[in-house]
Amino acid sequence: MSATREFEPVIGIEIHVQLDTRTKMFCSCALGFGEQPNTRTCPVCLGHPGTLPTVNAEAVHYGLMIGLALGCDIAPRSIFHRKNYFYPDLPKGYQISQYDVPLARDGRLGDVRIHRVHLEEDAAKLVHAGSSGRIHGAEASVVDFNRGGTPLVEIVTEPDLRSAAEAAAFGRLLQATLRAMGVSDVNMEEGSLRMDANVSIRPAGSATLGTKTELKNMNSFRFLERGIDAELERQEAILADGGEVVQETLHFDPRSGAISSLRSKEEAHDYRYFPEPDLVPLAPTEKMLGRARAAIPELPAARAERLERDFALAPDNARLLAFRAGLGDLFERAADGADEARPLANWVVNEVPRALGGSEPSETSLEPAALARLVALVERRAISAAAAREVLAVLIAEGGDPQQIVERKGLSSAGGDELEQVVERALEQQADAVEKVRQGNRKAIGAIMGAVMRETEGRADGAEVQRMIRERIGV
Amino acid sequence: MSAELLALTAAQAGERVRARELSPGELFDAYRERAAADEHGSYLWVAEKAPDTPAGAPLGGVPVAVKDLFCVEGVPSSAGSRILEGYRPPYTATAVEKLVRAGAPVLGKTNQDEFAMGSSNENSGFGPVKNPWDPRRVPGGSSGGSAAAVAAGTAPWAIGTDTGGSIRQPAALCGLVGLKPTYGAVSRYGMIAFASSLDQCGPLTRDVTDSALLFRHLVGRDACDSTSLAFPEQVELPGSERLDGLRVGVWGLDEEGLDAGVAAVCRRAVDRIEELGGSPTEVQLPHAGHGLSAYYVIAPAEASANLARYDGVRYGPRSGDGDLLSLYEETRHDGFGDEVKRRVMLGTYALSSGYYEAYYGSAQKVRTLIADDFRAAFERVDLIVTPTSPTVAFKLGERTADPLAMYLSDYFTVPMPLAGLPAISIPCGLSDGLPVGLQLAGPAFGENRILDAAYALELALGFEGVPRGS
Repeated sequence: MSATREFEPVIGIEIHVQLDTRTKMFCSCALGFGEQPNTRTCPVCLGHPGTLPTVNAEAVHYGLMIGLALGCDIAPRSIFHRKNYFYPDLPKGYQISQYDVPLARDGRLGDVRIHRVHLEEDAAKLVHAGSSGRIHGAEASVVDFNRGGTPLVEIVTEPDLRSAAEAAAFGRLLQATLRAMGVSDVNMEEGSLRMDANVSIRPAGSATLGTKTELKNMNSFRFLERGIDAELERQEAILADGGEVVQETLHFDPRSGAISSLRSKEEAHDYRYFPEPDLVPLAPTEKMLGRARAAIPELPAARAERLERDFALAPDNARLLAFRAGLGDLFERAADGADEARPLANWVVNEVPRALGGSEPSETSLEPAALARLVALVERRAISAAAAREVLAVLIAEGGDPQQIVERKGLSSAGGDELEQVVERALEQQADAVEKVRQGNRKAIGAIMGAVMRETEGRADGAEVQRMIRERIGV
Repeated sequence: MSAELLALTAAQAGERVRARELSPGELFDAYRERAAADEHGSYLWVAEKAPDTPAGAPLGGVPVAVKDLFCVEGVPSSAGSRILEGYRPPYTATAVEKLVRAGAPVLGKTNQDEFAMGSSNENSGFGPVKNPWDPRRVPGGSSGGSAAAVAAGTAPWAIGTDTGGSIRQPAALCGLVGLKPTYGAVSRYGMIAFASSLDQCGPLTRDVTDSALLFRHLVGRDACDSTSLAFPEQVELPGSERLDGLRVGVWGLDEEGLDAGVAAVCRRAVDRIEELGGSPTEVQLPHAGHGLSAYYVIAPAEASANLARYDGVRYGPRSGDGDLLSLYEETRHDGFGDEVKRRVMLGTYALSSGYYEAYYGSAQKVRTLIADDFRAAFERVDLIVTPTSPTVAFKLGERTADPLAMYLSDYFTVPMPLAGLPAISIPCGLSDGLPVGLQLAGPAFGENRILDAAYALELALGFEGVPRGS
């Protein structure tokens, strides 16, 4: 997009979070993911005649944790409503949700104000047979009610975001915050975290809001960012042509990059909300609030600040360690008693994730203290970076003491007299390269270094070798 | 069955069983045979055989007729609607389960107005019910089958549900005692919903003692119903024969539309209250007259959502040509009767964007005002008496063409459920040879006081209610 904008984007996000409770929102069925279809159901979540909902206390607890963590005011009495519409994935013909008095409102996460946080139930899953992939024109449609009734928390921000990148960054912060609290899997691909974006643009500097569109269900932060950018471009083009943006619900296809309309304002449902007469108002007691408050761990934003301050880390590293709690925990345990934290942080942020693949540090044999000793060896130049990576792989796979692994594998740095002799030999063998370096071709030094590394089988410290070569050549 | 056995109240029959003078199986079979031979259209299903009754169970194995809208596991439960024809629930309603555990097994499922929407039982998807006092007349509704079954002596007692009068009005029209409890006193779990904020389960019985006995075993907080509450005291069997010091507010005896014969019988009952030591005075319920208007917004609004689940997707009959919209439209077109369709449309309209405040919002305000009226009245009186129904039982077909005339049947019974309050209807005499009901209403959880007063009045009135037909 152009750097100088005539229009200012105004973006708000709506997030649906599937709570990781033991049972469903309004019945005692266990949550089901990947189970045989329709094996996690009961008369209540199938909407049988005569059944009544009862509120899941654990979902309320998680909801309160989220509301409090986002700095919201908790409603003394929040009200459940019925949101009425017909669809086969909605067994009662209405979704129990919260409407004008949500569980929590008026909070903040980072620079973004939180409008509201409320509790509701998820719909069931529809599968359509046939080429259309949608219910209309499908040869047959089947419903799996396992997901129906899963507790959801909906979080709505104020329209405080000003770019797609800001929206994605906010999404990542929220995801990390929810993950740290352990209230949800927050997996966007599997749908336990779903994001919709309300997008509008207005003339730069204007205080009024333009007509917004709603981009539905983007299942990764990358798609969220690309979708918003595509929609901003679309809206700018419309306004630039003198047209008007129409309020509608849109679908972004990440493969083609195309945006298509799901329904316009005229086609919008009249949900006929009214207070759910089967449930009494939700009035959290002081005890419930206290329990929720006590259950909130240090949250990523605060942790990033603390790591940056206490360990003198670069802001990016601090943020990364705070957002990936497993790495953050590894770092903090390893840094406890270590001389210098910054090199350790670099290793935890850069080398460790690469070596881990997709695993969490705690799922491997990697001991924080061993990692600290390994990084110290590197810092003392006792081993090369390449050798250290090899040791790291061993620590992850089977644990052990880094020094012993170095000795067992013969990985200690070539140094002292040995290294000096190797360097001398390399300078003699690579006389052409030496000449080129003297004449100002800095890249030619690579050939000399290569020779040294070959002879030491990678045990030499690259920076040290380079220093020695330069000293000898005199550049 | 011997006439003597039939003449026993449920409480008396239970006593006989506990005294081992009568076997519960014998009692069940006697009633089962009568129920199976019923000629009033009271039953939609009758049990095949007597279940085992736990020895020493407090209700002694006296079987109970259950309104069709109570879910009973494996037993057809259709709420009187074709849209649930053949539906057999996978679970049992809490109220029914409690009665079965207390020793009142299910005798049969009784006919009713479809989804409890009606005051004559003519809106049943499975045909009307005849009043045992006069088979050309309606038994009232919506619990018409339960009322007719008890009145005809094909059931010792029954349970029904009351939303705007559906226990009390059929009890009045059939010469029975019908109790609508305080909202929340009895679990609604397993009761197929009409209007959730109003529906309550209660007994239809031959006398006040039976009513108290059955009610005692219905009450209680249920974890499956968030709106249920623990009854704050033991439900007592009534025993007092006097009404000394009881302050009784009288309401509605001068209302336009109240049948003169019904008014006269009710006035005589009020005189009896005074003879028994009570002090009747007129009370004003300034907003109660608007009860019907509020009721016919709130109840249809809730019903429009409660009945949305009958879509042909998961259970019940299914119509349509395979397309989703036609599945919805045809299933609901074929399955629902006219009155249900009328109320679903009314309720949908009342909740629509742009109309919500004018209809649903206003109706809720009226509801609050009516509750305030009762609160103010109960600062000055202990109970309020009113006629239960403006008329005696009317003829089948007389009001079916005029929904508004039908709705007026609930004029005196609608304000109490709107305020969540308990009320009982007891027979207080005959007008034109047909029973007249007197309604006694009290403050929330005032059932003991209501039952006690109703018992004293019952003794004094000496109503010998035996329908001609039985």
